[in-house]
Amino acid sequence: MTSRWGQRLTLAGSLIVALALAGCGGGGSSSGKDEIVIGEYGSLTGGDATFGQSTKSGVEVALDELTAKSQGKIGGLTVRAVVEDDQGKPEEAASVVQKLINQDRVVAVVGEVASSRSLAGAPICQQNGIPMISPSSTNPDVTRKGDYIFRMCYLDDFQGQVMARFAIQNLGLKRVAMLKDVKNDYSVALSKFCTEEFVKDGGTVVVEQSYSSGDQDFRAQLTAIKAKNPQAIILPGYYTEAGLIGRQARELGLTMPIIGGDGWESSKLLEIGGDAMNGCYYANHWSLDEQNPQLQAFLTAYRAKFKSDPDAIGGLAYDAATVLFGCMEKLAAEDPATFAGLGSSKAGTEARKAATKKLRDLIAATANYQGATGLITLDENRNPKKPIVMIAVKGGKKVFETRIAP
Amino acid sequence: MAEFLQQLINGITQGSVYALIALGYTMVYGILRLINFAHGDVYMLGAFFGLFIARLTRAQADPNPLKAAAVLLFAMIGCGLVGFVIERFAYKPVRKSSRLAALITAIGVSLLLENGGMLLFGADPKFFPQFIPARQFALGMGVTISNQQLIILVVSISLMLGLRFIVLHTRAGKAMRAVSYSHTAAALMGISVDRIITFTFVLGSMLAAAAGVLVALQNPKIEPYMGIMPGLKAFVAAVLGGIGNIPGAVLGGLVMGIAEVMVVGYLSPTWRDAIAFVLLILILLVRPSGLLGQPPAEKV
Repeated sequence: MTSRWGQRLTLAGSLIVALALAGCGGGGSSSGKDEIVIGEYGSLTGGDATFGQSTKSGVEVALDELTAKSQGKIGGLTVRAVVEDDQGKPEEAASVVQKLINQDRVVAVVGEVASSRSLAGAPICQQNGIPMISPSSTNPDVTRKGDYIFRMCYLDDFQGQVMARFAIQNLGLKRVAMLKDVKNDYSVALSKFCTEEFVKDGGTVVVEQSYSSGDQDFRAQLTAIKAKNPQAIILPGYYTEAGLIGRQARELGLTMPIIGGDGWESSKLLEIGGDAMNGCYYANHWSLDEQNPQLQAFLTAYRAKFKSDPDAIGGLAYDAATVLFGCMEKLAAEDPATFAGLGSSKAGTEARKAATKKLRDLIAATANYQGATGLITLDENRNPKKPIVMIAVKGGKKVFETRIAP
Repeated sequence: MAEFLQQLINGITQGSVYALIALGYTMVYGILRLINFAHGDVYMLGAFFGLFIARLTRAQADPNPLKAAAVLLFAMIGCGLVGFVIERFAYKPVRKSSRLAALITAIGVSLLLENGGMLLFGADPKFFPQFIPARQFALGMGVTISNQQLIILVVSISLMLGLRFIVLHTRAGKAMRAVSYSHTAAALMGISVDRIITFTFVLGSMLAAAAGVLVALQNPKIEPYMGIMPGLKAFVAAVLGGIGNIPGAVLGGLVMGIAEVMVVGYLSPTWRDAIAFVLLILILLVRPSGLLGQPPAEKV
């Protein structure tokens, strides 16, 4: 008996030692060689998993391009991306950003798509003086978190206006229902902006209903909407719920158009919603048939790598990564001494601080950058002004409807 | 009025699903005095088994009623087996220990199934093939019912009637009732208590599997954690109706479903999950034995 216990103790002891060693190896500066580490966080799993997956793919295409151009190096240092999964939860987003900064010692962060999660990650990047570029968070509050926070997409006040005007002017609607996700910062703000504009332009929101992300059944809300007989439903939520709601709305005999925002942009929208999405519209960042050489180049590279079409979320992530790489290249060319601070061997030093500060200034100065999603010029609030493309779903396909410039 | 009737139909459909799950809780409790917390996860497994069989038979590409029945049947058999395995390897070894040990084991099994499912199926939601295309039937006054809602109602009512038949009119059912009175007395009468307990688990798991497939048919998003909330709510439904009481579980399920839909439709959807627990607190205050439950007799 005692000998068996002894064996077990030895085993347990050696396990602990092994774990401790593994822990040491994983954390901190993992290798002796100098490199540039950038971080990326997103929802690789969870209810809106295509957001994180598309972002990851977009950044991968940008990295491949860098490999083809300069063996993946900027200023002689190899660029490496660390990707973290936040499972679609804001609290998880905060902890993975913390990990990226403290353990991986990243010099810049790309992410998130969902505004709720960007809002959780942004204050941490700001505190640590690490530039964060959100490819596709449209909530105005995201870049208000501080001067190290940037974005590559338009804002929700503009998106809300466009959705309302599109309903009134293009579709000729007067009475709509609003159905928002109360657990989602993006949805709450977008529905507010959209309602304001819709009422200002002479329309009425006849009924307002809400749901919580993750809900499965929306029949009760849709039945209440049906009783008020609106001409359309405005649904500023994410694609999973949009698909389920579309399906259940048709089931209850609601045949009117449903209008959404860029949260609908996912290959899964039509998989979930199926034929129910026909006759619906949503605001998006691009349409694939635009004659933009940068977009067409990205499309070719993306299709060759993933054998499928990218969504706009992937395109924005590609733009975020290329803007970041461009600024690093510029820093390497203009100020090699400061640039050296981005190397992994300088983590935690004053040189690193000076380098990320300089990197921030360069990103903030981005002007007339031709990205895959259009021309990007950051204003003094670190936001670009970009046109919105309205997409219509017709016959199970997403087609270009109209473009509305700011 | 039309709106109210429509909400009522939505509520009854939702409620009949809760009732199917609640039956499993209540049967196991009736016989073992054990709250089988893993029951909601068996419901989740039912939906996933259904998904695999639907993919295997290509039910979506070429739908027919036979395949739909096969999906339901095989999901039920699969979960019946899972129920058997859970009972044999998790609960039987601790049956002679304290009730607390069994309860903790149940929580352990529940976590195992959820996270095992996460490992096996992945965390991102899967989409259940829609092999029965939705169609609406007008019932007059602007009220509609979809064929999927009808299927849920018809299948769950027939399963509940089937269960009633088994419990009241078969030898196994008689034995179940005897075991729920007293394990010792039943054993003295020559009933194999172990076998009846296993039978109850298998039966309950099959009903949960049916609920999983039916729900997935209507709301095609399925994921490993989907059983937690419905499981909890069905448990509340079982307590509401009087835990251990079979008609009580059905009544409790319906009350829960209707209450939930009405709260979402007329108050606020943020109350959807709260209403279940408000009902639980109310019933525990007013009538702790549940709507149809017998107050426990004082044993001297």
